[in-house]
Amino acid sequence: MRNHVSVNTGFALLAALLVNAAMAAEPAKVWTGKELAYDNKMGNCLACHAMPTQADAAQPGNSGPPLIAMSARFPDKAALRAQIWDPTVRNPETYMPPFGKHKILTEEQIDKVVDFIYGL
Amino acid sequence: MKKIILALAGLGIVFGAVAANANPEADRMKIVNYLEHRNPDVKFDNYVYGALAFDADAKSQYDSIMDFPPFIGVIEQGEKMWNTPFKNGKTYAECMPNGGKMIAGNYPVYDEKLGKVVTFEDLINDCRVKNGEAAYSYSDMKTMGVLTSYARTLSDGMKMNIKVDGPSAQKAFDDGKMTFYKRTGQLNFSCANCHLDNATNHLRSEILSPVLGQAVHFPVFRGGENLVTLQNRFVGCFKQVRQVPDKEGSTRYNNLEYFLSYVSNGLPLKASVFRK
Ligand code: HEC
Ligand code: HEC
Repeated sequence: MRNHVSVNTGFALLAALLVNAAMAAEPAKVWTGKELAYDNKMGNCLACHAMPTQADAAQPGNSGPPLIAMSARFPDKAALRAQIWDPTVRNPETYMPPFGKHKILTEEQIDKVVDFIYGL
Repeated sequence: MKKIILALAGLGIVFGAVAANANPEADRMKIVNYLEHRNPDVKFDNYVYGALAFDADAKSQYDSIMDFPPFIGVIEQGEKMWNTPFKNGKTYAECMPNGGKMIAGNYPVYDEKLGKVVTFEDLINDCRVKNGEAAYSYSDMKTMGVLTSYARTLSDGMKMNIKVDGPSAQKAFDDGKMTFYKRTGQLNFSCANCHLDNATNHLRSEILSPVLGQAVHFPVFRGGENLVTLQNRFVGCFKQVRQVPDKEGSTRYNNLEYFLSYVSNGLPLKASVFRK
């Protein structure tokens, strides 16, 4: 089990390096929370979640629940952030990627995504 | 919704738990029963259509494209390669069991003497080498890809018929099964996450094909022109989930193909087909 985890971390680090290298080549872009949530190389939340209140949330996937009325469903914003940072805490078998734990997004980017999602 | 997903995740645990149990038929039936339970309206044979079996519009587009496939020229080129004798005058047909007809569904086989899984592509290369020709690279779509786009049509209609006999074969099968079920990579996905637990769900606009039927219809022509072999598709899915891919023909991919092909036992082969 421990071995398994370290292999995963190895992959994650490698992938993170690749991503960072790719990003370094472009002029640094300042993303908005919405862009981070939509972009298929960043959050790509739309791959799995519809956002019924967003008219431009085109062709969303349906493997995750629609993201709507989030501030009512997550009165504690920290719990919402925790869900995005590492959803495997709440459900070890979840299919949703651990955006913070695996460094798919930076801490600052996750804060922006949370702000955006909280308003849905 | 959440209940359903949690229930699915529960099944995921069950799938994971059978890892220690050496019974390929039980592994296959778990997958078949799970998919049939989830999709009671889909006939077993229709799993050969992959994602298209779950999208009537895409399926009718497929049907009309398959009437006049834009990639027929590539298959004819493969036919020419197949019929062109080697420098020593021998042909593929003379070198292969049953003249190369109705055999692709037996592959991959586990070869006890070699101590490894042998794919249909290995069989082709074995012929080439025995007859004094250089082996093709499995990742070269212009040679191996084009040749198999025809060679596999010679087995159209044959039912997939993979065997796992003996402890060494079982080990290779289990290795493929592990690759299918184990989560890895930055995005923490397993193949099973997408092609079993979430099969028929949408990932953005793409319907996820079920693992059942994936191995019977390769090569495919994506967008009608882009030739993709089965293991080339593995490379694509590895990249998509930010895992470092192997080269086609690696032991890991051969074992994965062995597992994936076994899962499709009983389904009719069909090469080469259109995919979106
Ligand atoms: C590959 C699929 C996938 C991606 C990508 C994904 N999610 Fe999820 N998400 C899920 C699934 C499935 C669930 C259901 C809960 C579970 O699995 O435990 C979920 C649950 C959630 C929940 C909890 C909803 C509730 O009502 O309990 C939130 C919030 C959420 N996701 C936000 C996000 C955000 C924000 C992103 C992008 C940064 C994202 N998700 C990307 C699949 C995904
Ligand atoms: C995050 C989701 C995801 C993961 C994980 C994933 N795939 Fe895929 N795969 C896709 C999508 C999307 C497609 C294109 C739609 C389709 O046909 O399923 C696809 C297509 C395929 C196809 C072609 C099906 C056809 O009929 O043309 C095969 C074979 C395949 N995947 C195998 C695998 C294997 C093996 C793994 C694990 C190593 C894997 N996939 C992991 C998303 C995924």
